[in-house]
Amino acid sequence: MEYYELLFRVIILPILALGFGVLFGLTFKGIDRKLAAHMQARVGPPIRQPFRDVAKLFTKENIIPENSIPWLFSVMPILCLVSAVSVLLYTPIGSFEPILSGYGDLIVVLYLLALPAICLVIGGFASGSPYATVGAQREMVMMLSYEFPLAVAIISIVWKLSLVYPGENVFSLGFIMSHPVWNTVGFSGFIGCVIILFVLCATMPITLAKIPFDIPEAETEIAGGLLVEYSGKNLGLFYLADAVKTVAFASVVAALFFPYGIACYFDVSTTGGYVIDFIFFLVKLFVVIFIGLTFIRVAVARIKIDQVAHIYWMLMTIIGLVGLALIIIDSTGVIS
Amino acid sequence: MKYTLPIGPIHPALKEPILFEFELNGERIANVDVKLGHVHRGIEWAGMRRNPVQILYLAERICGICSVSHPFAFSMAVENAAGIEVPERAEYIRVIMAELERIHSHILWAGVAAHEIGFDTVLYLTWRVREKVMDVIEYLTGNRVNKAIYMIGGVRRDITKEQIPKVREAMDYYKGLFNKLAKVFLHDKTIKMRTEHVGILTREDALKTCAVGPTTRASGVPKDVRQDYAYSAYADLNIKAVTPDIYRKEVVGDVYDRIIVRLFEVKQSIQIIEECIENMPGGEIVSEPKIPKLLATLKKAVGEGIGRHEAPRGEVFHYVKLDGKEAPYTWKARAPTYNNVLAWIPMLKGEQIADIPIVAASTDPCISCTNRVSVIKGSNKYTLTKEELHKLSVEKTKRRMRNGIL
Repeated sequence: MEYYELLFRVIILPILALGFGVLFGLTFKGIDRKLAAHMQARVGPPIRQPFRDVAKLFTKENIIPENSIPWLFSVMPILCLVSAVSVLLYTPIGSFEPILSGYGDLIVVLYLLALPAICLVIGGFASGSPYATVGAQREMVMMLSYEFPLAVAIISIVWKLSLVYPGENVFSLGFIMSHPVWNTVGFSGFIGCVIILFVLCATMPITLAKIPFDIPEAETEIAGGLLVEYSGKNLGLFYLADAVKTVAFASVVAALFFPYGIACYFDVSTTGGYVIDFIFFLVKLFVVIFIGLTFIRVAVARIKIDQVAHIYWMLMTIIGLVGLALIIIDSTGVIS
Repeated sequence: MKYTLPIGPIHPALKEPILFEFELNGERIANVDVKLGHVHRGIEWAGMRRNPVQILYLAERICGICSVSHPFAFSMAVENAAGIEVPERAEYIRVIMAELERIHSHILWAGVAAHEIGFDTVLYLTWRVREKVMDVIEYLTGNRVNKAIYMIGGVRRDITKEQIPKVREAMDYYKGLFNKLAKVFLHDKTIKMRTEHVGILTREDALKTCAVGPTTRASGVPKDVRQDYAYSAYADLNIKAVTPDIYRKEVVGDVYDRIIVRLFEVKQSIQIIEECIENMPGGEIVSEPKIPKLLATLKKAVGEGIGRHEAPRGEVFHYVKLDGKEAPYTWKARAPTYNNVLAWIPMLKGEQIADIPIVAASTDPCISCTNRVSVIKGSNKYTLTKEELHKLSVEKTKRRMRNGIL
């Protein structure tokens, strides 16, 4: 690899990914707030409100509490944003290949998705407030709860692909993108995939800690929990990380289940095709975010941490395993 | 690992300042201590320097929600002390106003409770439907919150024939809405998950802690001033205290039961208002329309009086002693939350941190109404023990006997 290509891959593209994540993360946040407001019979803020919020937070004083661990407290917001952006480096955006395709696969993505939550936990513990400690404990319990169903969901898809395309690198998101799982399954496998999709959508609000799973932050219970001591720039970075993570998670879901492009249906040049696919990709993200976040967020109350553990350990895992079983039945031909 | 977690005096879950000190075992509450006294306003002190008609407006401002209950109880206390008869029509108007207040207070509570469990959609829904009753209140009295409709010996504004259709229409609106609200609050899965078997107050504890209002009724104690000591127009109406067995097979005493009680009380209030409109007799609305004349009567009056009213949160109690001067000798107001403070302790013990806001909100607390005393002695002495209080009381009695007051 030439050094300028390396430069391009290591510096320019990640910055572009950061720009993409921040721009669309905040836009989707704005749309989410506006739609939620309309569903709650409110007017809601303008769509550019999240941009204003971030701009304001970056101008505010950055307070570091006396009994915190200052370096840990200040490093975590940056690490959180970086890990959220690095998920984007492994996910296909529009019909572009993942920026780091060939250097990591779905397993890395799975770990990277967990990293922002870990940063939040460490930041929470480092801030030395009882509310943040309670929030951090809750976040840890939540992570333990959703990791397993999430892993089941992702592994099921990959396992199916590995059966159909032996010898390929099926864990690469680029590969999954170009070989839609829906084409490889029969009827019971289709049902299984729908179930897996449901499980993945259900892990979305919990991964992103949104209602009904905003337990670590729970404003009315622990006054903002993990983030209670964060202010100014640090809080702004967490806010951005949240926005980027939303886009990243939604693009993983979109890549796994809706890897289709629509450019081939239009008679356009290659560049035009990229544009159309990119717009279509944004639409897909919007649909995933709307169903996984906005819709659930306005429809339910916050639940308790023991209930979360119960639901995800028992119910979601069982549902995920049923989905996996259906896919296995489909591919090994036990029934047909 | 045990640790303490202070909630309050300023906390997003609390709408008013109060301090809970929790001793926690992980997420479980091992022990709890409640400390009041952060918003003592000295309203009674201010009242004892004013004449009863002025106090009426002060009483209205004890609570932002019970702005009918306090003047109601206060005017009953003064009427009791001075022996003033209230015209029958005024009694009916008073009851209509009190019940309108109950409707708006309970719907407001439902929204707050939903917010405490993170269900903001329901908050917006309930507060939107609450506007209808607020509109009716404004239409009848001219104001939304501080209605200023009570007067010693009656009310200040009549409900005319032309106004009645609008009230009826609002009542029909809520009757139509009842099933929808019941569906949201009693059948929603997540609300059930958060409220069923949470914050249980047993019947014994409810009796022991002298809880009042929906808090005690939800534990199966049929305690309601409107039923037990029927006053005003309630005496004509045959009111039964609402307990959760109206909907549920057995009484548990949890937050869910408190939702049931409040929801069905809204229904009961609608019935009461309709009945009052139907049977409202004609006649005067105030025993003495001329204020100077009324004040002269009150100035001459000597005696003690009490007024009890079933406010949306429970029994509100006012005591007045008139001694032939312009201002009353004593005025004592006791808001319902005062009785419900102790009930929090059995409710909260053994619950999780996540339950604190909804359990605390389930009694519909009104902290500033409750605060009647604030002890500031030296620099930081804050709590007084029972023995110290007893000593203070004995000292005061002796001092007053020496001065020939008692």
